[in-house]
Amino acid sequence: MEHKASHPALQHHFENLEQQREAGTLGMWVFLVTEIMFFGGMFLAYTLYRTKYPQAFASASNHLSLPLGTINTGVLILSSFTMALAVYSAQTGKRRGQIVCLALTLLLGLTFLGIKAIEYHDKYVDHLIPGRLIPGRPFDASGVHLLPGAAKQNVEMFYWIYFAMTGMHAVHMIIGVGLLSVILYFAARGRYGPEYHNPVEISGLYWHFVDIIWIFLFPLLYLLGRHLEH
Amino acid sequence: MKAPETFEIPAAARVNYINAQYGLKSWLLTKDHKRIALLYLGSITFFFFIGGLYAMMIRLELLTPQGDFLSSTTYNKVFTQHGIIMVFFFLIPSIPATLGNFLVPMMIGAKDLAFPRINLLSWYIYLLGGVITIYALLAGGVDTGWTFYAPYSTTFSNSYVIAAGLGIFISGFSSILTGLNFIVTIHTMRAPGMTWFRLPLFIWAHYATSLVMILGTPVIAITILLLAFERLAHVGIFDPAVGGDPVLFQHLFWFYSHPAVYIMVLPSMGVVSELIANFSRKNIFGYKFVAFSSLAIAVFGFLVWGHHLFVASQSVYAGMIFSFLSFAVAIPSAIKVFNWTATLYKGSISFDTPMLYALGFIGLFTIGGMTGLFLASLAIDVHVSDTYFVVAHFHYIMVGGALLGYLGGLHYWWPKISGRMYPEGWGRFSALVVFVGFNLTFLPQFVAGYLGMPRRYHAYPPEFQVFNVLSSAGASILGVGLLIPLIYLVWSMRYGKRAEANPWHLPGLEWRTASPPPTENFLITPVVTWEAYEFAPPEEMQVIGKFREGTDLDAPIIGKS
Amino acid sequence: MSVQLRMSEHIVPLRIYITIFLALLVGTGLTVWAGGHDFPGSLNVIIALTIAVIKATLVVLYFMHVRYSSRLIWVVFTAALFWLGILFALTLSDYWTRGWLPIS
Repeated sequence: MEHKASHPALQHHFENLEQQREAGTLGMWVFLVTEIMFFGGMFLAYTLYRTKYPQAFASASNHLSLPLGTINTGVLILSSFTMALAVYSAQTGKRRGQIVCLALTLLLGLTFLGIKAIEYHDKYVDHLIPGRLIPGRPFDASGVHLLPGAAKQNVEMFYWIYFAMTGMHAVHMIIGVGLLSVILYFAARGRYGPEYHNPVEISGLYWHFVDIIWIFLFPLLYLLGRHLEH
Repeated sequence: MKAPETFEIPAAARVNYINAQYGLKSWLLTKDHKRIALLYLGSITFFFFIGGLYAMMIRLELLTPQGDFLSSTTYNKVFTQHGIIMVFFFLIPSIPATLGNFLVPMMIGAKDLAFPRINLLSWYIYLLGGVITIYALLAGGVDTGWTFYAPYSTTFSNSYVIAAGLGIFISGFSSILTGLNFIVTIHTMRAPGMTWFRLPLFIWAHYATSLVMILGTPVIAITILLLAFERLAHVGIFDPAVGGDPVLFQHLFWFYSHPAVYIMVLPSMGVVSELIANFSRKNIFGYKFVAFSSLAIAVFGFLVWGHHLFVASQSVYAGMIFSFLSFAVAIPSAIKVFNWTATLYKGSISFDTPMLYALGFIGLFTIGGMTGLFLASLAIDVHVSDTYFVVAHFHYIMVGGALLGYLGGLHYWWPKISGRMYPEGWGRFSALVVFVGFNLTFLPQFVAGYLGMPRRYHAYPPEFQVFNVLSSAGASILGVGLLIPLIYLVWSMRYGKRAEANPWHLPGLEWRTASPPPTENFLITPVVTWEAYEFAPPEEMQVIGKFREGTDLDAPIIGKS
Repeated sequence: MSVQLRMSEHIVPLRIYITIFLALLVGTGLTVWAGGHDFPGSLNVIIALTIAVIKATLVVLYFMHVRYSSRLIWVVFTAALFWLGILFALTLSDYWTRGWLPIS
């Protein structure tokens, strides 16, 4: 362990790199716990109102673009895969692979955000942005095909939950993209190798977590109630 | 293993964390947990006195039954702002961010917290939240009550709800980061030999507090965010117009805000555990019970929030569950109280200022806790809901519990923090004044509340005046009692007697380094070979990295007399 | 030593990453297919959530290395789920029992 004590990345208050790594990883996990609770509040609101207004939620959900949602799910899963590979390359000391994988992850993250922006724009065109979020352009559900038993005002509730959850998810994606840019910069300068790669690892944890949130958002927002259309 | 060998420290070693560097920049950009603790100490003291000012305005208004000093709208703002400032900007950061920040690394034998930069960041976030909230107060104030209930806060209030909410949202992240830092530090940075069951109970309490901070705070963050959007753009999760339920806000709010009470009182219990054991010079009675009861409070604390909704159209079945669970949370609290009492038995008790506060805490916390059981009973709660009984109850917990523990801890560790002794006579005197003033303020409120005086009104029926006069009189005594320590603590920083490394002659790790400690806390990494509260013969309790004997700066060996 | 949570420096083989990636894609396809299919009762919700939980579990266990991590990480993660469970269970205990008592 002695040779590690002199590693340039070792911070003064840690005994060795192993301790520093443990602290970093545990810290990120504890942070992810707070994120779970943060999103948990919105998932709770979703559960509550979906059980209360199933028809309205299904009607509103069916108006979302299933192809775009599915593609985005694929994009995000692929980005999680490349992120895992980036960590793998860092662990095994493949510097080129590390840089390529990080860049790919970054690119896929941006693709996701781009597709999300297209979807948001579609909703804007359809007057489906709830409340007065866009001044002078009030919410209008007349474009949404209502299933029997669905009340119009509850459609607006769905769209607010949709925008709140996907919006908060997108904010986390943007933070992730920023994080990865920094990591990519340092990776390009050769900072991470088999001995020290904790920043890559914990950025990966964050990225996968954001992916997991989407794994739940996709069926809840896009899929439930699709079958009622037929 | 033997304690570290004696060796002479070169003159440079007498550098401590305060004089290690000079200049404003060395403070504002510090990553030393001890300096950050002092930054927090300054800022929470500032907020405490703002909150206290509002309290004085409330008590002044309630001196007479007529609403003659403040108009009803102003009064709404005054009690709201008193609550917001005291809860979010004083009580929640009070012990963890100052004493905890200062002592957690030192008590476990670490050089710093795991993430020093995040620690500094948390102070800046706290400050930013504070500045935004103060802006809200100056721009026109908030009148929703510190609870921000929808739909009043989302739709009807004409005050600065969003700014105040934003301030709380932001300062919440400082609390999250502090909790995260503590958890990681306690897990990964304990010194060799510092096993979990050798940890001081202060650490256990802070671990439990951190759990509440990281699990609860994110929920209030998202809730306040949703509330702000709802007010801003009339989108609605809490808005009945689109099928929303305002009571959902209360659920989400109290999911955090009830456990938040435990953020305030758990660290205080940690302080009291230290004080009771150390000033009785005895090992704590039932160490593991006290340690695990902290965790139990952290867990059970999350199961009881519905008792705030007994009269808010919550289902009676949920009410029954919450009522039962609220009674359950009394069990770990009672374990603590009984174990403290049992620790006192046959101890060699010394009644120094910190101990006076600790004993006060036990009594007042017991009253606060027992009246909490009144409120947890469904039927009685309907009678006393939204009366001064509730106000008195939670002040007994928050002031009688949290604040007294904070003051006790501040006095106890003051020699370590500042390197100076506070004047003991003044300390005991002010502890007594605080105790008398506090009880005079809040005991009458129990009676007034039980007789039916509602909270949050600036006027009241004349038959309640006698209680309010008593209460206001008590508040002025309490105010004086709190001003005295402020004066003599500041005074002692310059003129107090220099403190030895271990002025109380105690075994804890924080007493085995100099007062004030060096930047890295210990000159050599300590190896812990003793149990918590193990009162060994004085000559066996060594200062780690001894200083030269006979110098006036630091007394090297304990009990050399 | 006090630091007992030895994190394994376990390097997950490439083969496993690829398998998990493919499983996630298959899961996504499956959930989309099942979403358009009319199953009896609330089976649609159950199927969609089950697939989502399986996908998330795969990501947590393999991409996030929890399967190879110390017990502490397991505890941290399950604690989060436990508290999320508290939030859901007790709030819904209110909403889902409100109709039980007939209001006269």
